[in-house]
Amino acid sequence: MTLGASVQFRGVSKTYDGQALVVDGLDLAIHSGEFLTLLGPSGSGKTTTLMMLAGFEVPTSGEINLDGRSLTNVPPYKRSIGMVFQNYALFPHMTVEENLAFPLQARGVSASEASARIRRALEMVQLAEFATRRPAQLSGGQQQRVAVARSLVYQPSLVLMDEPLGALDKQLREQMQLELKHIHQSVGATFVYVTHDQDEALTMSDRVAVFNDGKIQQLDTPEHLYEKPENAFVAQFIGENNRFTGQVEEVSGNLCRVSVDGGVTMLATSVPGLLAGSRSAVSVRPEVVAVDPIDVGYDNRLTTQVLETIYHGDHLRIRVRIAENDQFIVKIPRQLCSGPYEVGQPCEVAWMAHDCRALLDAPE
Amino acid sequence: MFAKVANPTAAFAPGSAELQVQLRRAERSKKIWALVLIAPLFLFLAVTFVVPIARTLFLSVENPELRDMMPDLAAALQAWDSDGTPPDSLVRTFAADVLTAHENRTLARVGKRLNFSISGFRSLLLKTARRMPPQDSPDLLAELTALDKRWGERRYWAALKQASTPYTVEYLLAAVDHQFNPDGEIVEKPPERSIYLTVLARTAWISFVVVTICLFLGYPIAYLLATIPTKYSNLLLLLLLLPFWTSLLVRTTAWLVLLQNQGVVNDLAIWIGLWDEPVQLIRNRLGVYIALVHIMLPFMVLPLFSVMKGISPTHMKAAASLGATPITAFLKVYLPQTLPGAGAGILLVFILTLGFYITPALVGGPSDQMLSQFIAFNASTAVNWGMAGALSLLLMVGVAIFFSIYSRLVGVRDLRLG
Repeated sequence: MTLGASVQFRGVSKTYDGQALVVDGLDLAIHSGEFLTLLGPSGSGKTTTLMMLAGFEVPTSGEINLDGRSLTNVPPYKRSIGMVFQNYALFPHMTVEENLAFPLQARGVSASEASARIRRALEMVQLAEFATRRPAQLSGGQQQRVAVARSLVYQPSLVLMDEPLGALDKQLREQMQLELKHIHQSVGATFVYVTHDQDEALTMSDRVAVFNDGKIQQLDTPEHLYEKPENAFVAQFIGENNRFTGQVEEVSGNLCRVSVDGGVTMLATSVPGLLAGSRSAVSVRPEVVAVDPIDVGYDNRLTTQVLETIYHGDHLRIRVRIAENDQFIVKIPRQLCSGPYEVGQPCEVAWMAHDCRALLDAPE
Repeated sequence: MFAKVANPTAAFAPGSAELQVQLRRAERSKKIWALVLIAPLFLFLAVTFVVPIARTLFLSVENPELRDMMPDLAAALQAWDSDGTPPDSLVRTFAADVLTAHENRTLARVGKRLNFSISGFRSLLLKTARRMPPQDSPDLLAELTALDKRWGERRYWAALKQASTPYTVEYLLAAVDHQFNPDGEIVEKPPERSIYLTVLARTAWISFVVVTICLFLGYPIAYLLATIPTKYSNLLLLLLLLPFWTSLLVRTTAWLVLLQNQGVVNDLAIWIGLWDEPVQLIRNRLGVYIALVHIMLPFMVLPLFSVMKGISPTHMKAAASLGATPITAFLKVYLPQTLPGAGAGILLVFILTLGFYITPALVGGPSDQMLSQFIAFNASTAVNWGMAGALSLLLMVGVAIFFSIYSRLVGVRDLRLG
């Protein structure tokens, strides 16, 4: 087991054209041994952040420390950071074995020690029998594993991965997510992983940093990100989400009443700092909404009618209009489905206040 | 028990003979179409390329002059064993045929052919024809020897016999600086008459130097082209190909203007104080290198560029992240991947330079002439088609030897020409 490295970003900014900040005053502490994912839409600054850590981009301002040492004047080849690239970047003119031997030769590891390490690394990714193949003779998934093995073979304390599963099909991707997670647990190094796929972020990570506009919107565990998003962007980006904008009428404790534009009032859980009279975005996840409940204990209960039903196999979705939002989606698990829900049929939707969050900012 | 079920939708069982026939029929029409489509090009190449080359090469072994102009003499020479002095009957046939050929005005052509074997033979023949001793003389050979003592030398009669066969290797031997002695043995030419092997070696050396310069100049250019944004690289590529828009002759003449002693380059260099006296930049080897590199550079840059374009920039990043210094990363990751392009460029430039003609002829001095120049000389000035064909064959064999060594060393299958 390697002891994972810790990383601190202090006030790091990056601009390419001198005008727009791709990364804007980033402060981020990555703990030793954790699996941290940088999640965000394209152009949000997550890949630039990773590339600055790897040394391929230079911060315009601010400082990055690795285990307390500043990385400012350290070239990439002296950082000893493992890296897996989006398209694997395996050297096509070398065999799998030679690809893995490359970092060991660069470090002057003896041939016998190197071959033992290469064997161990290939066994870890279950490719021991492919050692003498060229990358072109391997499938995408196998190439991906070779790239992972190559980034780990010299036992770096920090491993960076730049959307490594982006080119794989869905099934293989899900399998590799689990494998990477297990590899992380077995090697003990710190993993920093960049993706725009929220499923990937939620399944693999210890913590996720959600990026937008060059800033971290929220840095939290997957559970908290999903269940307690701090702002409208995070709520929108992670998982599905029905959204309303409105005026906060009253805040009491962690509950509040919001008058949603279009004339409906809702009870919701308020995030800290929300004040009466301010604008807010209310977020309701589709799976917390009940349709035609017999139970009368729901905090919010509205009558509407079915606009559309969409069959999804394991669940059914119905689309209804609430206030001005005609894209309000309700997710009903198959075994709780109790009706045909025909288009135009009137229905009641209801949800609890603690399942619905009134968030600080209400953009647009 | 189940009843057998006929399955009418499956027309052919998998692997059945019928299915194979069907497949062949479907493929056949495709193949015929493909042949029809390439037929015009194939015919064009055959008529304009394969046939003329084969004809030229064939010229190098043909030996028609004596047999066409003096058929009786040719037959008599074939019967002679070329041992000792020629028999009297042969000498009489010779005298008769020389007179006939002189009347028919074909003697000069025979003389030219014989001149190739022994210089001075042509004038000897013409002199003999003008002052031919009487045919009924009892010892005609003695009379001839009295007229010119060279007729007493066996090598002149041996040369006549060499010229009487339907095919000859004399031209091919001459191309590698060898000849027949009077006994019909192959011997080296005297050093003062040996030129072609030296010229071949010089041609190969000039090509080698041009390839080396092109490689070292072209590699950075190709790298630049492959790494800068496309909008700039397109412009630069256009500039690189700009020389192709003007005629080769114009470009070569332009070098003459630029590089001559009172030319732009010398004037400029003297003006900024690089050197004091005009430096000889043209009509020597330096001029040949400058002009040839200029012409050949695109053939090196383009294959390199196309290969470099295909190398992902993340490879160098990956190498750096794996701990390789920039130099190690270049040598072990980038350079090996560009080898197929470099190999193609080297092959193209070397083979093109081997056969280059007009540029060395114009900008080179007398000791910088390449093999093609001698082919052109024999074909157009000396009108010695046999020698021109033999030298062409020499050049082709040279290219083939280079190619086979090269493909063994580098592997031609891995080359990427563009």
